[in-house]
Formats: sequence, structure tokens, C-alpha cells
Amino acid sequence: MSDSVFAGSNTRFAQWRKFKDKAAAVGITAGGSGVLFAILLIFFYLLYEIMPLFQSAHMEQTQRYARVGSPAPTLHMAVEEQAEVGFRLAADGTYYFFSVSDGSIVSEGRLNLPADAEITSFNIDSENSRIFAVGLADGRMLIARHHYKISYPNDERLITPVLQYPYADEPIRLADSSLQKITLRNSEEALVAIAYTANGGLEGRRWVKEEDFLTEEITLVEENLTLPDLDIKPHTILLGPTQDWLYVLSHKGQYRLVDVDEEEVVDAGVLFDNALLTDARFLLGGYSVLVSNSAGETAQWFNVKSDGAVHFEKIRSFRNADKGIVTVSPEHRRKGFVTVNDAGQLDIYYSTSQRHLASTKLPEPATKMAIAPRAETLLIETQGGELLVWEIENEHPEVSWSVLWEKVWYESYPEPDYIWQSSASTNDFEPKYSFAPLAFGTLKAAFYAMIIAAPLAVCGAIYTAYFMAPAMRRKVKPLIELMEALPTVILGFLAGLWLAPFVEKHLPAVFSIFLFMPIGVLLFAWLWNYIPMRFRKHVPDGWHPLLVAPVIILVVVVCVWMSAPVERVLFDGDMRAWFTAELGISFDQRNALVVGIAMGFAVIPTIFSIAEDAIFSVPKHLSYGSLALGATPWQTLVGVVMPTASPGIFSALMIGMGRAVGETMIVLMATGNTPVMDMNIFEGMRTLAANIAVEIGETEVDSSHYRVLFLAAFVLFMFTFVVNTLAEIVRQRLRNRYGNL
Amino acid sequence: MPLEQQKRHSFYEWCRRGEPLIWINAAAVSLSAIAVIGLLILLTVRGFGHFWPADVMQANYQPPGESSKVLIGERVQKEAVPIEQLRSAGFQLETDKVFLDRELIKSGNRDVSGADFSWVLSDYLSDITYPEEIMVLERHEWGNFYGYLRGVKESGEAVATQDQSHEVLWNAFLERLERAKELHSKIEKIEKKDIGAINYRIEKLRLRERGLELDEDLSSEKREREQAEIEAERAALDAEYRVYQEELVGLYTAINRDSIIAEAMNGRQVELRLAKIVHAFKPNAMNVFDKVWFYIAKFGEFLTDEPREANTEGGIFPAIFGTVIMVLIMSIIVTPFGVVAAVYLREYARQGLMTRIIRIAVNNLAGVPSIVYGVFGLGFFIYFLGSEIDQVFFPEALPAPTFGTPGLLWASLTLALLTLPVVIVATEEGLSRIPKALREGSLALGATKAETLWRVVLPMTSPAMMTGLILAVARAAGEVAPLMLVGVVKLAPTLPVNGNFPYFHLDQKFMHLGFHIYDVGFQSPNVEAARPLVYATALLLVVIIALLNLSAVALRNHLREKYKSLEL
Repeated sequence: MSDSVFAGSNTRFAQWRKFKDKAAAVGITAGGSGVLFAILLIFFYLLYEIMPLFQSAHMEQTQRYARVGSPAPTLHMAVEEQAEVGFRLAADGTYYFFSVSDGSIVSEGRLNLPADAEITSFNIDSENSRIFAVGLADGRMLIARHHYKISYPNDERLITPVLQYPYADEPIRLADSSLQKITLRNSEEALVAIAYTANGGLEGRRWVKEEDFLTEEITLVEENLTLPDLDIKPHTILLGPTQDWLYVLSHKGQYRLVDVDEEEVVDAGVLFDNALLTDARFLLGGYSVLVSNSAGETAQWFNVKSDGAVHFEKIRSFRNADKGIVTVSPEHRRKGFVTVNDAGQLDIYYSTSQRHLASTKLPEPATKMAIAPRAETLLIETQGGELLVWEIENEHPEVSWSVLWEKVWYESYPEPDYIWQSSASTNDFEPKYSFAPLAFGTLKAAFYAMIIAAPLAVCGAIYTAYFMAPAMRRKVKPLIELMEALPTVILGFLAGLWLAPFVEKHLPAVFSIFLFMPIGVLLFAWLWNYIPMRFRKHVPDGWHPLLVAPVIILVVVVCVWMSAPVERVLFDGDMRAWFTAELGISFDQRNALVVGIAMGFAVIPTIFSIAEDAIFSVPKHLSYGSLALGATPWQTLVGVVMPTASPGIFSALMIGMGRAVGETMIVLMATGNTPVMDMNIFEGMRTLAANIAVEIGETEVDSSHYRVLFLAAFVLFMFTFVVNTLAEIVRQRLRNRYGNL
Repeated sequence: MPLEQQKRHSFYEWCRRGEPLIWINAAAVSLSAIAVIGLLILLTVRGFGHFWPADVMQANYQPPGESSKVLIGERVQKEAVPIEQLRSAGFQLETDKVFLDRELIKSGNRDVSGADFSWVLSDYLSDITYPEEIMVLERHEWGNFYGYLRGVKESGEAVATQDQSHEVLWNAFLERLERAKELHSKIEKIEKKDIGAINYRIEKLRLRERGLELDEDLSSEKREREQAEIEAERAALDAEYRVYQEELVGLYTAINRDSIIAEAMNGRQVELRLAKIVHAFKPNAMNVFDKVWFYIAKFGEFLTDEPREANTEGGIFPAIFGTVIMVLIMSIIVTPFGVVAAVYLREYARQGLMTRIIRIAVNNLAGVPSIVYGVFGLGFFIYFLGSEIDQVFFPEALPAPTFGTPGLLWASLTLALLTLPVVIVATEEGLSRIPKALREGSLALGATKAETLWRVVLPMTSPAMMTGLILAVARAAGEVAPLMLVGVVKLAPTLPVNGNFPYFHLDQKFMHLGFHIYDVGFQSPNVEAARPLVYATALLLVVIIALLNLSAVALRNHLREKYKSLEL
């Protein structure tokens, strides 16, 4: 059509106009689609941020070279922080620091041992402290530590590895006979070493560290430990970091749990049947023990306290093949681990999330493994005496569907539970990312808000749209619109600082208002019926709200005024205490009731205006027809108007619900923000939205926690989007139906 | 819909006609309206009450089992407490009463007595008087001081003492206080403005120097020249700085010259330096007009001053300013984009399933929780776009981020995205109300589509756009949750628009009224003292938003009237 405008005119001006027209069309189309694209971007960006959470790990081999140093079997391998220098301790007491990238030796030496000493056992305190002990055939042990000094000559990082003897340069005597198995634990207060000797018993020593006040010099005070006799021959002994739990595991899979302080075996049993123990290691933090067996299973066990006793219990197990596991290597900073089996198959797992992250085949079966502290590099020694370097990309193993939505058995908990606890002060903390308490809190808050808002808003909408005098309606609607515009931060502030203390103080009043408000209104209405007609006729139809307003105010005032006396007479002066003592319900000042009232207030106008719209736009000829046939206004409302408008009211409730679910400030300010799962109306909650607001400022960018919070935002986004879309579709259908009537 | 009210109905008849439910519905409307009005009244009473200079009471307070003491302070609040509660709190009460009145007294003097609020039992207050000589001092730190003036000192020498008449003493004090206030504002100006500007320029120089280091293509002579320039400029700035520093030393000695001796309620005499005093007044000696005048002055101060004492005292000007600036920038961004998107959807896009889906999606975005936009803004704008911008344009400041950190620009952009659906929906509605005849008339006269749009359709839609914009602004002004993530702070050292080149600092963090309410009400160490201020701030915010909304409603009604005449 626009072409015809230019027909016949070919002047410059016409061309210029034509150009402008085209340019405007292109510009507006581009701009418009750009804006709509930007809106889509929100969705895709959130998705882009959360995708890495669910990706599996990637790994690839980068180097392969011959093992360095002595041909004697390897006792221990490690990689330092930057994954530049590797450490190997051989069974003949020689040690080698070598470059991880090419296998060239950086420095080497031999442990400070007599020339004829024979190493019979080895144990490392923890990968993080890098303190280890070797047990000798003569009953002595040597404690050493591999350490890395970092300096920056010429602005380049230089790592100088050294071997240190933190306690004694010489071997220390632990027992009189050969140390078959040894375990070592170092802490701020004491150093403890326990060994299983060739005599068939446990020998242990504790060195308590005493610090001199003035010189701050530490002296070790030695004491002997008395340990119970064993009825099994250990394959591995492990001492927990608190130095009071000793785990003794036999080759056949029997275990004995020894309480070192009480000097007794407190639990005994078997780890598994029909298989042999191949390796056992502590998971990060030393609370869980990973045991792997010849049947290809690796299981996580830890101590569970129940009925006052401690039991060693199997928590979860991991298995990807039937071949026996050769060795397990736990990560240094997370609760993940790597296993390798007889067939040379390498698997990466994560304990809490129970995820199997990657699996790959090594070119040759492996014998030893070392994982770098940042868990990005893996050093593997093969049966053929070669070293393999693997790079691992495994950013977010902590999160899985089961972690988010199912009960998880966390370390030091008596049973599986839903818990949200994203950070703590210690390094070996197990993050607990369960969305269940947050989603529960969100729905709980929304539920109480809807209980208060839905009846008020819908009833109000019915009256306003159907019964109210037009003059009054013109005043009421802007008032409700103003209510919608009130910033939620103000509602939250009033809820937290005014309403919460008020409710706490006048608890009986709150209940009596809920009870007496309808009774008072109905009583007034019934009495109104008895007022002579000559007074009644002065009040025109549709002005009921003005009449009941004084009644409502009166009921509230009387209830508040009576609150304290009622509390005195019925509840011994303190209803809160009565609740706790008589009903066993705990009471928080900032609780779901307060949130329900405040958020109900925020949601009422949303529901009200949409529902009112739906009822008001029911075609008038329908209700007139009904009235003309003799139905009362109420019958017309119930029989004709409401059925027509019900989808609109439903969509109003949905949209109100969506708003209550996403509301942040009110919940943030009016609850204690504790992530508990309890339907109790007098306890607080933490919602998804408030949780994001509280935590996202403190997370590290691109960490798992950060992405989990993005996931929470995405869940909120999808929930409200789906709910709103449903409501919108219902409304559009409704509009079409009115069009047909 | 006439309700038949001619005759009295039997209870059964009454119920059958649905009367009770009609009344219940009416009560629901009534209750909602009462809740809104009650809330506004609550805010108004508490908010406006804050500035009124309350009388200060002096009384003897002797609770049972304790020694008598003098109490000076404002009576803030009174309530009845059941006696059991008091007994369980440890009071040894010998009384038949069931309830006792308890009063909250604001006695100030946090530095002298430790706490500035205390609860007392009304029954044990005696000799309540309101002596005219009690003075209230508002101070820069430690909250208010209540007590008596006992002497004025200059450089440690008494110049006026208790022996003289109170009038003389008080006037001597006020005179010196005026001088101290003047000096204080001079110090403030130098410290905040002049030295702040110098620091800013020194920082710019440092960045320029770092930029030189990073620029590898620079020839060595040019580098040296630039370096010399920087050195010279820095030396000049340092010299300037020293001048100000000396001036400051002089001012500080001058302002610290005077002090007063004041007697607190426990009889202790304390020496207070005038430099620390903001206002001094004797509320009991003021008549109503004095109080009104004082009230207006305090209210003005509240609107125009900076906050003091961790935001619990003083004004909220930076928060008002931050809110306004943020909303302005947001409007500048959201209006063109919202309008273009609406015009595209209504005028250019082919109407069909796709546009219906888009419309539903846009509508729903208005219902997406605001915190989600905040998360998006934090991730996309700040950590993604912002750090890219830093890499390209501000490498010299790295690793300190310039745009890779929450700030004004990102907050405005996030809110623009949040309010985009509001503007789109409102504009579209306006476009759809334009009668078809007008469009066709314009086209028939030979105008192109663009010309019709520009000359006929858009001018007629402008009130609708304005409505959308006003609603957007009202929403943005009250939104807090996303702002917490993308740029609002509790205390910004400088305004985002100031005297330092380039005057507009889009990368700066800012203060915001809504966040101020949250922060002072919930994060402040002294909530009791801060509460009145929070009510006042909340009231201000409500008034602003109510005005914006009412104007949107008025505009919308005006618009409807206008088209009614067109359609005929």
C-alpha cells in the first residue's frame, strides 16, 4: 500500500520520504525484536549459568614418561598446589621431587634413616599437612614432611621443594618389634601415632604439645596409650583427626572401631561379604572412611550416634565395574575421590551428591595415584613403571538432583535429612544444598499469605464489582491501586518492627479478631434488619462497607483492649509460654503468621483488581435476565455471574500466588530466615527469594554455591512464569467467551 | 441492583437471600480499605512525630528494692504489663494491681550511662517536673545529650559559670555554638569537597601512570614526557593538599577552643566540646510557635542533610538523590526501548500466534520476581559485561574493577529491564485505543506509514506512554531486592553526580530510600534510636510513590476522556 503513495512522483523529496519510511520500518523492527530478544536473554543467561552444574567431568592425558628414581616400589606420591612439582617416596627410603610436566628430577635424597633400616609401613597425617610417618622393622618410626617454598626471583614463580623433619631428625621408638601398620595424626594440641606390631598388638604414643608462655617454644610431652587387644589382623588402621577414633580394617572386610580415650572396642562388624579390602582412606575432613574392595565397590562409612552409642555405618556406595579397585584417592578440598581398578579403569565420584562424574580407560593398569590439591591434575603410576599425567576438569561435582530435592545423609548427622547450609568457617565443611527447606519455606509463606489474602480479596472483589454503589466504587478502586503500589520494603519493615512485636504482645487479640470479626459483622447485619425502615432508607444500596467499618474498628479495638485480661485469665498471663508448655509449639517473634498478614496485604490488591475486573466484565444482560426471571441478586450472583467469572477469579488467585512466591523483602524482614521445615505458624522460614538476597553477595563468582543460587533464581523464574502463563491463557479464553456472549 | 429492604425478614429468609454473605463481602472491602488507611495513618503519625521537640521530663525514680535516682528524658511510649511478667523479670513488687504501666524513656547520654533508652514503671516515678532549663544537645556522635548547662569554657578557662544568670550562660553558649557550626561547615567543605577532589585527581594520575606502563607501543621519549607531566601535576596536587592540610589544622584548633560543662541526670558533670554539637535547644522553654518553627527546620534538615551516626541520625539527602538519579537514568533507558518494542508489536509485526505468545510472555515478565532480575543483573551486567568493559577500557585500574562491580549504571539497567513490560503494555494499550479512522485518514492523505506514526499516532499515544513511564518509575522507586545485588550501599562517600570530572559517575555505588529503610531498620546496631527516622523515610517514600501513582491514574482518566470524544 505504501508503494502506491509514491506512484508517479519521482522527485528527490519523495525518494527521501520513501527512504525514511523504509528506515523507520527496519529500525523499529530491529529495535523491537532486539528488546524482545533481551527479554529472552534473561531465560538463556540463567540457563547458561546453571548448565555447568550438571555437566560431567572431562579428563585427558597430557604427559607420559618413565618413573623417576629408584626401582623400588612407590610408597607415596603427591603433587603440590600449583601442580608443577611432584613428590615420590620409594620403599627403600629414597625420595624424589620432579617436574610434573616432563618428569625431570628437581631434587632428590634419602630419608634420614640408618643404612640398613627397612621400611615396613607408611601413613600420611593428611594431604593438606603433608606430614607423613614411616614405620621401620626395628620398631621405630620417622616423621617427615614434604614442603614447597615459593619465591619470586625476577618476578617469576619459583617453587623450591624441601623435605623437613618437623618433630625429630632421627627415628623415634614406638614399639619393640616391627611396625607392620602405622597411623599418624597431628593436631594443634597433640601428635598421636599408633602402630600394629609384629607381636600382634596395637602400640600407641601421644606427644602432647606444651607451649612455653614466654618463648612460645613447643615442647612435646610423651605419654603411652593403652589400647585394647585385637581379634583380627588389620589390613589398614586409620586414626581420625580428633585422635579418639581408631578404625581397624581387616583384609576380609571385618572392622573394629576403637575408642582411644575409653580404651575399648565400641563397634565391630563386617564391611562387605565375599570380597577383599583393597584400600581404605579418609575422605576430606577425616570423618568418613572410603573402603574399596575386590568386587569393584567403593563405600563411604562413618560414625553415627544413635541411642547414645556410636556405630560405624555404611552410608552410600559407588560401583561402576566388577573389577577390583586398586586404589582410592580423595580430593584435598572437596568430598570427591578418584578410583582406579584392576583393568585400568579410572572413575571420578563425589560422595555427597552421589554422582559418578567421569570414567575413562588408562593405557595400562595403575598401582598408585596422587591428586593435586586443586583437583585439576592427577598423577598415576602404572604397573609398567611409567607415570601418566591427567588433566581433570571437574568444576561442580557437589550438585545433583538428589542433593537438591532428596534427603541426604550428611556427615555427623544421625540420619538423612533435608538441609540448607551453604557455607561454614572450616575448610573441610560439607556444603548442604537442599532446596527442599527453601521451597517448603516459600510455599509455606505463600500458603499463609493466600489464606489471608484470598478470601478478603475475592469477597471484596465480588462486592465491589457486583453490589457496590458506583460512586463508592470510584473511590475504592484507586485506594486498592494505591495499596498495590506500596513498596514491599515498607510492608516488610512494618511487619518486622511493628506488627511482629504487636502480635507477640497481643497474641490473644489476634486469635479473637479472627474469631469475632465475622461474628461481629453478622450480628450487626442481623440487627440492621431490625432497624426501622425510616432510618434504613437513608443508607442507599451498595454502601454496606461504610456501615460495617465502625463495627470492624470496634471489634479490633475491643479485642486488643481485652487481650491482656484474657491472657491473664486463660493463659496465666503469657500465651506464648502457654503455647510452648501446653501444646509444645515453639514461638518465634518473626513468624509465618506475621509474614502471612504482611504478604497477604501485598497480594490482596493483585488478586482484587484482576478478580474484580473478571466479575465486572460479565455481560450485564446475563444478570439482568436472571433478575428479570425473579432471582434475587444473590441467586443471580451465585447462579449466573460467578460461574461465568470463575476462570478469571482462578487466574487472579494464580497471579497472586505467583507474587507471594517471589516476594523477597517482606520475608527477608519479617522472618528469622532460618531454613527449617515446619508447618508451625509461629515459626519462621527461609524462602528461595530471601535466600538469594541473603547469600549471593558473599559467594565467589562461578563457584558451585553461586550457580546453585542462580538455579534457585531459575526455579523461581520458571515457577512464576508457568503459573502466570496459565493464568493469562485462562484469562484470554475468558475474554473470548465474553466476546461471544 | 436493588436489595429489597422493605420488610423485616425472618432469620431463615434472611439467610436464604444471601444477606449474611453480602455483608461478609462488604466487610472484606471495608477491612482492606481500613488496612490501607490505617497503615498510612500509622506511617504518618510515627513519621511526622519524629521531628517534634518533645518535652523533657525530670523525675525521681525509685523502683522497690532500689535506691532513688533522678531521671531525665523524653517519654516515648507507655504500655500496661501484667504483674507476673514483671515479677518473673526480677522486680520485687508489693501491690494488688494486676497491671502496671511501663514507660519507655529516651534519656540519651549514651556516653555517660551506656544506654540511651530505658523502661521504667510509672508508679514509681515521683516529683515529675518539666524544668525549662533542661537542654537537649544533638551531637555528631553518641546520640542526644539531656542535662543542664553549668558553664562555658574557652581554651580551658571558664568564661561563663553557673553563678551568672542562666540567660547569660545560655546565650554565651549559643554564640559560641554558632561560631563552632560555621567552622564545622568549613572543615566539612575542605575535607569532603576540596581534599576529596584532590584525592580523586591523584587517583586519576595513578591510573594514567599505570596506563603508560601497560602501553607497550609508546616511544620512550613520549613516555618520558608523559611521565614528567604526571610528576609535575602530582607535585602541584601535593602542594595544594598541604595547603589545605595546614588550613585544616588551623580550623581544628579554632573549633576545639570552646567547650561547655554540662550536668547529666546522675549529677555527673561532663565537659563537652562544641565541635561535637549539632544543635542545642531547650524544649520545655519553647512555646508552640517555637516548636513549629523548630519542627520545620528539622524536617528541612532531614530532607537536605547527610546521615550521621551510621545512618541513625541526620538527614537522608544522599538516599533521595540516589533514588532520583537512578530512576532518571532508568527512565531514559526504558522509555525508548519500551516504546519501540510496543510499536513494533502493534504496528509492524504480523499479528498472529507469534505476537500473541510474545504478548503473553511480556505480560508475564511483569510477574517474575524482582530478585530474579537482580540475579540476572549481577551475573550478566556486572560479572559478564562489566568485566569485559574493564578489560577493554579500564585495564589500568585492574585488578580493582571499574564497571565489573555493582554500580549506578547496572542498577538502572536492571530496573529498566524490570519495568520494560510495564511500559510496553501501557504503550500498546494506548496504541490500540487510537481509532482506525485517524490512521487511515493520514494514509489517505498520502503520508507514509512512518509519517503517520510519527505525526499522528505517537503524539496521541504520548499520554499512554507517560502513564506507563510513571507506573514504571513508581515501581522502580519502591523496588529494593534487586538493587541490593546490583549497586546500592548503606553509605556512599560521595554522590554519583559531583564536582569531579566527568561529573557523572555511572560506575559509582549509591544510596537508595528503600534500601535505607531496610538497612537502618534491620542492620543498624541501635534500632530503637533509628526507628523514628525509618518511619519518616518510609513515609517519604510512600508519599513519592503515591503521588506518582495518583498522577498516573489521573493521566489515564484524562486519556480515556479524550478518546471518548474522538470515537464519537
